[in-house]
Amino acid sequence: MTRRIPDIPLVLIAFALSVFGISMVYSAGQTDTMTFIANLWKTQSVWFVVAMCAAFAASRASVRFLDWVTPFAYVLTLVMLLLTLAIGGGAGTAASSKSWLMIAGVRIGQPAELAKLTVVLMLARVLANRREPPESLLELWHPALVVGIPWVLIMLQPDLGTGIVFIGIFFAMLFWSGVNGRLLLLIASPAISLVLAFSTRLWGAWFLALLLLVWFYRPYLLEGIVLVCINVVTGVVAPILWEKLAPYQQKRLLVFLDPSIDAKASGYHVIQSQVAIGSGGWFGKGFTLGTQKRLNFVPEQQTDFIFAVVGEELGFIGVTLALTLFLALFMRAIRISSRANDPYASLIAFGLLASWLVHVIENVGMTLNLMPITGIPLPFFSYGGSFMLASWLSVGVLMRISQEGRGRGDLAAI
Amino acid sequence: MSYHPNDVSRRATVARVLLGVGFLALTSAFFRAQVMRNKEYLAQAEQNRFREVPLAAPRGIIYDRNGRIIAENLPGYAVSLLSPSADSLRSAMRRLSNIIPITDDQVEAAVRRWRKNPTRPAVILPDAPFDVVAVLEERRVENPSLIIQSTPKRYYPDGPAVASFVGYTGEVTERELADTTHSDYKPGQQIGKGGLERSYEKELRGREGVRYVEVDARGRVVRDAGARAEQAPVAAEPLKTNIDMDLQLYVMSLLGDSLRAGVVAIDPNDGAVLALHSAPTFDPNRFVGGIPADYWRELNSDPRRPLYNKVIQGRYPPASTWKLATSAMAMEAGLVQLDDHMPVPCTGGYRYGRYFKCWNKKGHGDINLRQAIEQSCDVYFYQVGLKLGLSRMVAGGLKLKMRERSGVDLPNETQPQFPPDAQNYFNERYGARGWVPGSVSLNLSIGQGENAQTLINMARFYTALATDGRAARPEIVSRKPERVQIMNLTEAQMVGLRLAMAGVVSSRGTANSARVEGITVAGKTGTAQNPPNPDHAWFMGFAPAEKPRIVVGVFVEYGEHGYVAARIATKVMARYLKATTAPLVTTE
Repeated sequence: MTRRIPDIPLVLIAFALSVFGISMVYSAGQTDTMTFIANLWKTQSVWFVVAMCAAFAASRASVRFLDWVTPFAYVLTLVMLLLTLAIGGGAGTAASSKSWLMIAGVRIGQPAELAKLTVVLMLARVLANRREPPESLLELWHPALVVGIPWVLIMLQPDLGTGIVFIGIFFAMLFWSGVNGRLLLLIASPAISLVLAFSTRLWGAWFLALLLLVWFYRPYLLEGIVLVCINVVTGVVAPILWEKLAPYQQKRLLVFLDPSIDAKASGYHVIQSQVAIGSGGWFGKGFTLGTQKRLNFVPEQQTDFIFAVVGEELGFIGVTLALTLFLALFMRAIRISSRANDPYASLIAFGLLASWLVHVIENVGMTLNLMPITGIPLPFFSYGGSFMLASWLSVGVLMRISQEGRGRGDLAAI
Repeated sequence: MSYHPNDVSRRATVARVLLGVGFLALTSAFFRAQVMRNKEYLAQAEQNRFREVPLAAPRGIIYDRNGRIIAENLPGYAVSLLSPSADSLRSAMRRLSNIIPITDDQVEAAVRRWRKNPTRPAVILPDAPFDVVAVLEERRVENPSLIIQSTPKRYYPDGPAVASFVGYTGEVTERELADTTHSDYKPGQQIGKGGLERSYEKELRGREGVRYVEVDARGRVVRDAGARAEQAPVAAEPLKTNIDMDLQLYVMSLLGDSLRAGVVAIDPNDGAVLALHSAPTFDPNRFVGGIPADYWRELNSDPRRPLYNKVIQGRYPPASTWKLATSAMAMEAGLVQLDDHMPVPCTGGYRYGRYFKCWNKKGHGDINLRQAIEQSCDVYFYQVGLKLGLSRMVAGGLKLKMRERSGVDLPNETQPQFPPDAQNYFNERYGARGWVPGSVSLNLSIGQGENAQTLINMARFYTALATDGRAARPEIVSRKPERVQIMNLTEAQMVGLRLAMAGVVSSRGTANSARVEGITVAGKTGTAQNPPNPDHAWFMGFAPAEKPRIVVGVFVEYGEHGYVAARIATKVMARYLKATTAPLVTTE
């Protein structure tokens, strides 16, 4: 393969996001009563350097090589996830869950981060091998299994946030492979039933709409019946499931609707985060000078709620800048994806984009209570070594796909 | 998958549009929070980080009429804790109890204060001694939520001498807070609890200041002064009273600790209260900032009832001091004049249904009203009472305001007991056939029966006798002097009554032994029957008789004879008149 110019805009955007992120990790440590957080930016910088090296290495691996290595990586991921469930441990606010692979009490890493990457690779492989996109629910069993197995393992940890990311990846990649929008809606219908079941009228309306959809889309008869049945079951089961939830779990869901019902406990995080962001105004309180952050009102300010620090200290301008950088990254990824020279590479690019997108929407949305709190990090910003590494590995893969694709080096066409 | 370039570019367009819409939505959510609702969130952020620490205002200093201090403020220390929860307050206090003495009661009291206002620092030691403060200051770093501040502490230099009227201050109670008139009070603040401190709370309170401390999410104080500009407290204006501390202290020295008595001295011309004392007394300084339980028990179990104010709360039959009221009514009605005799001379008693005794078994003989006052002849007044009749006597008493509080500017004054009317009241009390108006009149005419007066209200009545028939409302602090006409007698009649009363404190009268040289004292003794216990002693009077400048009322529980009270009263008058009259200097 001939040497090609790397995708400089992509690297620049990712670099800018990382520098922005590490600055915010630094600021997050600047509190009135200093804690361990004060030094995390140094660790994060080291990880940044390591991650860039890894990205460079990844960009040297051809897409063919990735294709070859994907099944092994996927199996390895499953093994690690199983191991995590067996001997894993928790950390931080999720101390009771099992998301860290631990050996002799030392945390090695979070296999779920690796799983995001390998699931994208494996799903791309499965979808790319088809001539036509799946047109019926039955044809979807293979891709569903590829995502489903690791998803179940992760939900057992339990790690709801990563589970949501997998679902986002699954839907985004099906869309990119050309699956019909109505079919996607049918797949999603049981989940929608589950949510709407709390209002009998809403659920009834949704059920009628579903029947119409089934009528016009005309899936196979058996599929149609099964789908409708599943919807009925989830609709009936939802209230029972609700009763089965522990009060604190119910509270968590209700708090999303109105944080003030439990302002001191489960609603505290999101209220303080909103106050921090809202008090930032146009230009913010100045880098490192956020009072909510300095006085520890912002929870998890170096990880899950780091965007609240951006909002408080850099204001609406800073928020817009950060979101614009993310938007640029995603637009670049779409471009790479649509110019990739084979379906497999194209699907990988889109899957990686989907993974980032879900993280950003969920994490940023959570700081303003637009999304329920699930504890998933913000790419390039949140403190965490393996996540930084995973993000840059994605950048590396994208660089490679970009190099191999059409219009490479065509800077004028950005 | 369908990987035709057209399909791909169509999907890419859909993806771009969705992305754009999503990011626009996110950005607008941030715009709404950060720009449109900025003020609201900014206020919340400020509320998060600043805690108000109240700065108590020094209460107004109370002076006597000569500028002598009755109540002042000493520097004291209050210790408070900022806490996010009741439990953390408890554990913080438990930790502190290792270095300073803290009782369980104090912990619970602090928790109660915290509950009422969780964002305010909960006062844990309202009045901390200096050594405790020193210990706490040393360990301040370990207890970052601790707030120690100097706070003025009320002090009464003459303590027990002023207990009867000054009151004390203490923390505002839940009941007081529930009262709408105290809507601007917050838990932990000091409030006047009785006496002048309560009557003039509004004037004495001053305006509380506020200081801000910056706290972190766990309620620890991060920055103290200068976090935000403080508002300095505003001290209240001083309060000048009519009390003459020299006289007040003299009164206390006369009564000592063994008598149970009340003394009040009033200037009849404007109602200014010169002295007011109830014995035995107590030390209001020990009440400030919370009454110690043992002291409270001690005072309450004392049979002499030190907390019961014998001047404004005690109600006793006025006995013979009432005879001036009977006389005034009869003279005003034109029934009896000072020189008139009664049909039946005194032979030691009077038969009306049953036998009504005179205090003097030997009898006073055939005397006129003047002599009857001098010698306090019961038989004479029985007959005056019968002449007046019950309805005129009740109406007369009501006109003399014997059923009204004196209106002195002190809280908790008791209303005197007196029949509201001449018929129904007695019917209800005794049944329509259970009483005879004549007997009731006889009893009422000598100040017994359904009549119980406070010392201060009798003193108000005597201010009318001492002047032109207008009674002055007693005033410890001059408000608007208020004098009300309660008697309509001619100048000659008033002078005549005063002369008769001067006869009481003469060799002819019942207060013979109370005479003081150089001053003509007019007055009336009273001995209130109190079976089975010893009688109570009364004396109401004024001096100088020619142009009275001071009215003194003395009541001695179980004093047995009116002259016991009279001896105290005349000494008080003499002290006041000698001190306030410039020595006559002849310059020839």
